[in-house]
Amino acid sequence: MKNLFALFGSLLLALGIILALNNNTLFPSFGEADLTERVSGEYLTQDEIDALGSANIVTSIVVGYRGFDTLGEVTVLFISSLGVALLLGTSAKQKRLELNFKPNFMLRVGSRALFGFILLTGIYIILHGHLTPGGGFPGGVMIASAILLLYLADDQFRAKIKGFKILESISGSLYVIVGLLGMLLATYFLQNFLPVGTAGDLLSAGVIPVIYILIGLKVGSEISGIIDNFLTEEEAK
Amino acid sequence: MIQYIAIILFVLGLYGLLVNRNSIKMIISLNIMEIGLNLFIISIGFVYDGIAPIITSSAGSGGLIFVDPLPQALVLTAIVIGVGTTALALAIAKSIYVKHNSFDLNEVEETV
Amino acid sequence: MFDIISLVIGVLLLVIAFLAINSKKLIQAVLFLSALSMLSVVAFVMMKAPDVAITEAVIGSGLVTSLFVFTLLSVRKGETK
Repeated sequence: MKNLFALFGSLLLALGIILALNNNTLFPSFGEADLTERVSGEYLTQDEIDALGSANIVTSIVVGYRGFDTLGEVTVLFISSLGVALLLGTSAKQKRLELNFKPNFMLRVGSRALFGFILLTGIYIILHGHLTPGGGFPGGVMIASAILLLYLADDQFRAKIKGFKILESISGSLYVIVGLLGMLLATYFLQNFLPVGTAGDLLSAGVIPVIYILIGLKVGSEISGIIDNFLTEEEAK
Repeated sequence: MIQYIAIILFVLGLYGLLVNRNSIKMIISLNIMEIGLNLFIISIGFVYDGIAPIITSSAGSGGLIFVDPLPQALVLTAIVIGVGTTALALAIAKSIYVKHNSFDLNEVEETV
Repeated sequence: MFDIISLVIGVLLLVIAFLAINSKKLIQAVLFLSALSMLSVVAFVMMKAPDVAITEAVIGSGLVTSLFVFTLLSVRKGETK
């Protein structure tokens, strides 16, 4: 009975959304968007690209024009990592979860060779965030994936979680300090105060690569902390 | 076409959230809703014959038709926040399992 | 060409989402969610959004699936005790 109500409610909602957006004058149809009437038309002119210096326009929006929203997103990730650590971590000593399968010697040794490649790909994607697609967020998650590989291949491995927590706190504080430096040396919070080169060089776009490096380190260490919390349990006395 | 699929995916996720009583299935339905929503937001900014918003040559951006970059920036934020939500929800589900020995939310009794 | 590919991907998305909601075992639903994430990366690339595609590919395949599997492993551990 409840299932029937849920089915009718969902079908009614889908029909309502489709009918409201179908022939609406305020909602352009698929593929016919006119960029000159939207605010993105100003971000794509040549003067704005030279003023900010980044070749990847999505990066210049995420870190340049809407940098304060990215600070809020980093805060939300911090809150979720804090919640996981409160729920699943204990103050007693911890050991790895005892599972049924044990990885063998080849897996334990061979995964260390792959660890370097994944780490290198993550660092490359973080550093070239203003030139190619990618940036701080996928690069940080790739670094955490390298640590996840080490956790999966060896059942006695534990990363140095204390070092990760210190790294995460320092990167988060440095993001706010870079913003405050922008307020000191220039006009407003998170303004560009380093020299802006030409778009396309590695050392261009002012303070944007610095912020992406800080975001990449922070996200990588946070997700590694979450994975460690999921795979450990309290040491039974 | 993609916009219809995205709306139906969103409503499918909502139906799954209402019908299932297993907490892992509810978190999976929440993730399906988020995938449908991200697809819809990006399909708003699509322009036929547009290219990806990255400057590739030194000739500059005059005369090229770009795809709208603003919805892509919003969806980038939304995907990362979805990960945070999923991680916290899974930690809560695991704590419920350790205490009450079941994932089914009908069998979990609260003692106030 | 664009319409044909988007139609095929769209139908596959709907079928896999329906299978993920109505499956009996939990591990099957998690694997269907991972496949859904990968197909949505193809849809993102078709709509010319490479930043979003890289982020969703890394997060959907590596992180979310592994967190689900780690939660489900603790169930099996409880059963064998």
